[in-house]
Amino acid sequence: MTSTTDNEGGGGKPGGGGGIGAFLKGHLREYGMLLALFAIMLFFQVVTDGTLMRPVNLTNLFLQNSYIIIMALGMLLVIVAGHIDLSVGSVVAFVGGLAAVMSVHWGWPTWMVVPVCLIAGIVIGAAQGYWIAYWKIPSFIVTLAGMLVFRGLTLWLLEGQSVGPFPPSFQQLSTGFVGDVFTEGRPNWTAALLGAAGAAAIVWMAARARGRRVRYGIEDEPLGFFLAKNGLVAAAIVYVAWLLATYRGLPNVLMTMAVLICAYTFLMNSTVVGRRIYAVGGNYKAAKLSGINAERLTFLTFCNMGMLAALAGLIFAARLNTATPKAGVSFELDVIAAVFIGGASMSGGVGKIIGAVVGAFIMGVMNNGMSLLGVGIDYQQVIKGLVLLSAVIFDVYNRNKAG
Amino acid sequence: MDAILEMRGITKSFPGVKALDNVSLTVARGEIHALCGENGAGKSTLMKVLSGVYPHGSFDGELVYEGEPVAFGGITDSEKRGIIIIHQELALVPELSIAENIFLGNEVAACGVIDWPETNARAEALLAKVGLRERAAAPVGGLGVGKQQLVEIAKALSKEVRLLILDEPTAALQEADSEKLLDLLMEFRAQGITSILISHKLNEISRVADRITVIRDGTAVSTIDGRDASGAHIPVEEARIVRDMVGRDMAHRYPERTPKIGRTLLEVSNWSVGHPTDPDREAIRDVSFTVAEGEVVGIAGLMGAGRTELAMSLFGRSWGRDIRGEARLKGEPIDVSTVRRAVDAGLAYVTEDRKALGLVLDDTILRNVTLAHLEGVSERGVIDGTRERQVAEKYREALGIRTPSVFQKTVNLSGGNQQKVVLGKWLFADPQVLILDEPTRGIDVGAKFEIYNIVNELAGQGRGIVMISSEMPELLGMCDRIYVMNEGAFAGELAAHEASQEKIMSMIVRA
Repeated sequence: MTSTTDNEGGGGKPGGGGGIGAFLKGHLREYGMLLALFAIMLFFQVVTDGTLMRPVNLTNLFLQNSYIIIMALGMLLVIVAGHIDLSVGSVVAFVGGLAAVMSVHWGWPTWMVVPVCLIAGIVIGAAQGYWIAYWKIPSFIVTLAGMLVFRGLTLWLLEGQSVGPFPPSFQQLSTGFVGDVFTEGRPNWTAALLGAAGAAAIVWMAARARGRRVRYGIEDEPLGFFLAKNGLVAAAIVYVAWLLATYRGLPNVLMTMAVLICAYTFLMNSTVVGRRIYAVGGNYKAAKLSGINAERLTFLTFCNMGMLAALAGLIFAARLNTATPKAGVSFELDVIAAVFIGGASMSGGVGKIIGAVVGAFIMGVMNNGMSLLGVGIDYQQVIKGLVLLSAVIFDVYNRNKAG
Repeated sequence: MDAILEMRGITKSFPGVKALDNVSLTVARGEIHALCGENGAGKSTLMKVLSGVYPHGSFDGELVYEGEPVAFGGITDSEKRGIIIIHQELALVPELSIAENIFLGNEVAACGVIDWPETNARAEALLAKVGLRERAAAPVGGLGVGKQQLVEIAKALSKEVRLLILDEPTAALQEADSEKLLDLLMEFRAQGITSILISHKLNEISRVADRITVIRDGTAVSTIDGRDASGAHIPVEEARIVRDMVGRDMAHRYPERTPKIGRTLLEVSNWSVGHPTDPDREAIRDVSFTVAEGEVVGIAGLMGAGRTELAMSLFGRSWGRDIRGEARLKGEPIDVSTVRRAVDAGLAYVTEDRKALGLVLDDTILRNVTLAHLEGVSERGVIDGTRERQVAEKYREALGIRTPSVFQKTVNLSGGNQQKVVLGKWLFADPQVLILDEPTRGIDVGAKFEIYNIVNELAGQGRGIVMISSEMPELLGMCDRIYVMNEGAFAGELAAHEASQEKIMSMIVRA
């Protein structure tokens, strides 16, 4: 689940040469957050006497953070395009409410509820994106309004009550696990094998990309570093998969997340649309003068954000097994924080999917770890705030140093 | 002569360019001293040296003001001594009132608390002095450009100005407002205020100036007296000023090209464009021009003549409103209503402002080169990294972009290399007609020559080139035909063999 395809644009400083240490120094900004994630996990693993990495806790960690990570993917696109979306927390609540009304009150089957809710999310995104893209109203204001509007609509929809429980098929969205095709009971061999296959695929793709760069003579990453990095990443994935396998296997949510992360990484790294989003955020006027339909792209970015927020809303409602008017409060802040911790730039044009995912995991592991330690909610907020600030300071410092 | 200001041997260099080379300027107390020269000749740079925008130490040479050497560290230092510069782009806050603007940064206050009655009273007095009949409490945003200019001057007076510098004050003014402003300058002279007037307009200069200094290519070429020994006005020879402004050695600065001109490519007729913010103003009026295969056509004119606006309005309606007129390519009408359509029709526009409008500075050369034509390196929306790299390498080599790799961020490149990246971007889109807007602005002489070679090569491939430039020698050296533009309309057309800088300049100044 770590950086494999982030080769694009990475080679800013050629001839960095020297050993692994020198290379790491030159690319501190790229790997810094990944190292920070490892360090934070290690820290909590030690101070919680190994509770952090226990299979049951690890499973919870994924379930708890899946909706933040899913929304961080959409938010990365929005922020790279030079905007912000404050409404996602309220959209989570609204869509959760919508799903509850449809499933519980109207008795609709899950296979109907899910697509209708996702479409509702797209419509919500479109309704906000329209003003931002075509009327050039600042996204901060439009989505601030959206935040209030959809919170209000949720209260109206649910009449101020919690609605639940959901039918079991709907709960599967969050609490389901990928069944084992080989045996009953533990360990879940499917999970272990999928983990191993995933790790192998990542290493293979990284090796292929490296091979291409070596052929062009633009590879500046020392072989030792490459091997160590991919070895570590692969080992981590296999280890995590094994731990999950010894509990109940791979959560459905984790699979959804993995697929989405791969899809959006591909979108942003390798497609015309992704490239144009970077250009629009990097220099709106230059992008327009290059024949890019910047308005439509901005609009679509918000539609996409709406859809992912809706998906997160469904997963969150399924996890709680109830829709409440207070769902998703301040989620937008966690999501935005994750994206900025992951190295995206406030002014647009800069940021990576993998960075946002790592950022979300940093937030998630800290939440989980501090809760395990029994740190009060008061200190938790303070620490999270300081981590966000220091991550961005670190980023700005490195950028200034690079010139 | 009693000199209020002496600038001695001023030399100011920017990376790759020597903007001022050993310039000396003496201004007598109480005179109106006109400064003329082409765009980029160094007038504004000289005034920035004087006012401390370029602080002491960032240039060579000596400044003597009121008989003593001075070293200004910033604009506040020079203002303290009574040197006030009024820039071409006015520096007023439109939301604030006239009085607030006049005393901005210099408030009439005790312990940080503003004395409003006193502020307004003083503002009214200053407004009376400059002859502006407006309430001091009226917001500046509601005033026309001419009146805003007067507010700027009132602001200068509030700082007890002794040397007033006006940078093209009448460029944006109507005839009547210009007259008023010049009258005001003469009134100031009578009160003993010295002025330096930067202007292109020869009729104005000969009306008010006591002496005229012509600057060309960063050196002071000549100083001409506008008065005889008895102090009476003598008519200045406009021809001499024009010759001094433009006369320079042109040999061998432009590569040879034998034009092979084919059939007409682009044909624009009766093109008119409304001003985007001022609905009553027609920014481009009834412009028609053609470009043929293999032809390099120039558009000459001063800054603000409407050349960039014309090009951008043509390129996907990127500027202006209520655009009327027709564009044809090879005789067929083409749709240029969006940038995409203009590009698909075969047009490309290389902007004058490459940093703000041409490049995504945070991105690499590779990403910038392919940006306008990603279809060319992708299949079903997926970018082929290998092909993209080959394309980028191809243009790096063909255009001589000197960097270690195409993965270099464009923000770190020199002006010449940046310009080549923008050119590469548009060449990859394979246009039939390229509009180059100030293609050599801000780049050094060597890179300029390379750009000229590229332009010639493109023309040799049968493309049509429209070249907008404020450097007349460049147009004369490169173009087969030159249109002269002034105040939103074409003032004339000259074939290469009959064109000269004097002819172009007089078309502009007499239009």
